[in-house]
Amino acid sequence: MGEPAQGQAFDMPRGDAKRPAAEVLPYAAAAGAPPLIQVQDIAKRYESRSGDSIDAIEKISLDVPRGGFISLVGPSGCGKSTLLKMMGRLLPPSSGRIVYRGIRQGEIKPRLGVVFQESLLLPWRTILDNILLPIEVMRLDAAAGLDRARKLLATVGLEGFEKKYPFELSGGMQQRAAIARALAPEPELLLMDEPFGALDALTREQMAEELQTIWMRTGKTIVFVTHSISEAVYLSDRVVVLSGRPSRLLDDIEIDLPRPRSLDMMTDPRFGTYATHIRRLLSAKREM
Amino acid sequence: MTVSTAVHDVVFSAETAKPAPMRAGFRTTGSIVSAIVLVAVLASWEGCVRAGVMPAFLLPAPSNLVLMFATDILSPAFLKEALYTMAEIALGFGAGAVAGIGLGAAIALVPMIEQIAWPYVITLQTIPKVAIAPLLIIWFGFGIESKVLIVALICFFPILVNAVAGFRSTDARQVLLMDSMDATKWQLFRKVRLPNAVPYLIAGLQIAVVLSVIGAVVGEFLGASAGLGALLVVRQSNMDVTGVFSVLATLSIIGLSMNLAVGLLSRRFAFWMDTSVKI
Ligand SMILES: Nc1ncnc2c1ncn2[C@@H]1O[C@H](COP(=O)(O)OP(=O)(O)OP(=O)(O)O)[C@@H](O)[C@H]1O
Ligand SMILES: [Mg+2]
Repeated sequence: MGEPAQGQAFDMPRGDAKRPAAEVLPYAAAAGAPPLIQVQDIAKRYESRSGDSIDAIEKISLDVPRGGFISLVGPSGCGKSTLLKMMGRLLPPSSGRIVYRGIRQGEIKPRLGVVFQESLLLPWRTILDNILLPIEVMRLDAAAGLDRARKLLATVGLEGFEKKYPFELSGGMQQRAAIARALAPEPELLLMDEPFGALDALTREQMAEELQTIWMRTGKTIVFVTHSISEAVYLSDRVVVLSGRPSRLLDDIEIDLPRPRSLDMMTDPRFGTYATHIRRLLSAKREM
Repeated sequence: MTVSTAVHDVVFSAETAKPAPMRAGFRTTGSIVSAIVLVAVLASWEGCVRAGVMPAFLLPAPSNLVLMFATDILSPAFLKEALYTMAEIALGFGAGAVAGIGLGAAIALVPMIEQIAWPYVITLQTIPKVAIAPLLIIWFGFGIESKVLIVALICFFPILVNAVAGFRSTDARQVLLMDSMDATKWQLFRKVRLPNAVPYLIAGLQIAVVLSVIGAVVGEFLGASAGLGALLVVRQSNMDVTGVFSVLATLSIIGLSMNLAVGLLSRRFAFWMDTSVKI
């Protein structure tokens, strides 16, 4: 999909286009390194068959630093899933572009792990085989992959279910299996679309805690869509608030709370300030 | 088992597509009843023939039929005819399945091939395949080739149409999932499109099983030197009703065992699909 650079594409000096160091950096991104993802003036219009079209995203620009944890919040149907798919180059934008590592042409797409809004487990594969799917497809080392898959099964609380089929699991369990599958190939970039949507409140908090741990340990870059304001504040470096459709960026809020964050931190007044601010942004827009 | 848990099981079975104990119970009760019906029918049939109500040369007694069938399947000459027909069915069915699934995948996945082939498929499909059989006999003679061709042709279309539907039924979201892993076209086919099409392919095979036996027999009626269909014609001209029945039984056993084989395929590869046809 490396479309030719056009027009304003050359405003960046060529010298900047050198490849970043191969090793994974700690979650506080190295100063001066280009962001892992640059969303540049992206817009998306869905053309329907009947000729009318839906403007999902008006125009959004945003940077995701390497190793960062960014949450997207916004009203239902505003285009969060659309934006997330475009960030993974799974959906072409109508205009604008996605740039990885500041390299506009011939860049290496980061290895992706995607948790879609639905679990999308393949019904003819066992849970373990579903988690192994990306390892097979990406032709990664099978033995190490199997090892990792088993550990991930335990991480998401599905030990003993590896031989079961998706239809034998509850919706929440299927979603946890999908999270394990996304993590299995050790992706550099993790795109998560409401991954905890089908979980009960307690499991949801545990999974959020676990995700923070995994993120801090591995230095992955995570873009996370959620409807839960407190989940967004708890997990993120930055919370990006989107308006209703066609969506624009309402605010991009740096969450300046120490890591690792404990669940108790949700009672911290600073936590409350962030949450209230986001809530006000979302509800103000709804009333218009 | 109490009634309330039984109801529960049925409710869950709708979601998980697993046969519930209660339903299995119905099934065994049903089999027992149908076995009783069978025995009753056979007994009264036997009685009618022995009492002279029914002339034996038109409808022989079941006991005579069993005897005849036993003699037939123990005779090498009969077995040779049966094997001949089975070979026609197996070769024709195999060729029809390979061609149907192959072309079906190509039509569903390659737009160019679809544009070229689809109009012909639609047109040819409307021709009754049995009606082409005489032509094939003229072209390919009285040997096994013409019969294999008839069977292949008659199997081809239902398998093709189901294969096209199956390979087209791929869930776009699963394609997106494979895209996120940078899957190749072949990986997408092997890991998503093909398994997803299996229930459709099996449905096509199930229709073709029945048609393949018809195709072979009709082909042999029209002109054959060997096979169960040819034997049927000979026995008919001899007014050998018992012998005709024996051939019919053999043909239905061939059809049933093929059905069973496809059923096993279904259980092995389409278990995850709740709408898969259960035999
Ligand atoms: N494939 C599509 N074709 C046409 N319109 C679409 C398509 N996908 C999404 N849309 C439209 O684009 C808009 C944004 O959809 P999107 O799924 O990105 O919303 P979302 O923010 O993820 O919503 P939710 O929070 O409910 O998941 C919606 O109004 C939807 O109707
Ligand atoms: Mg969504």
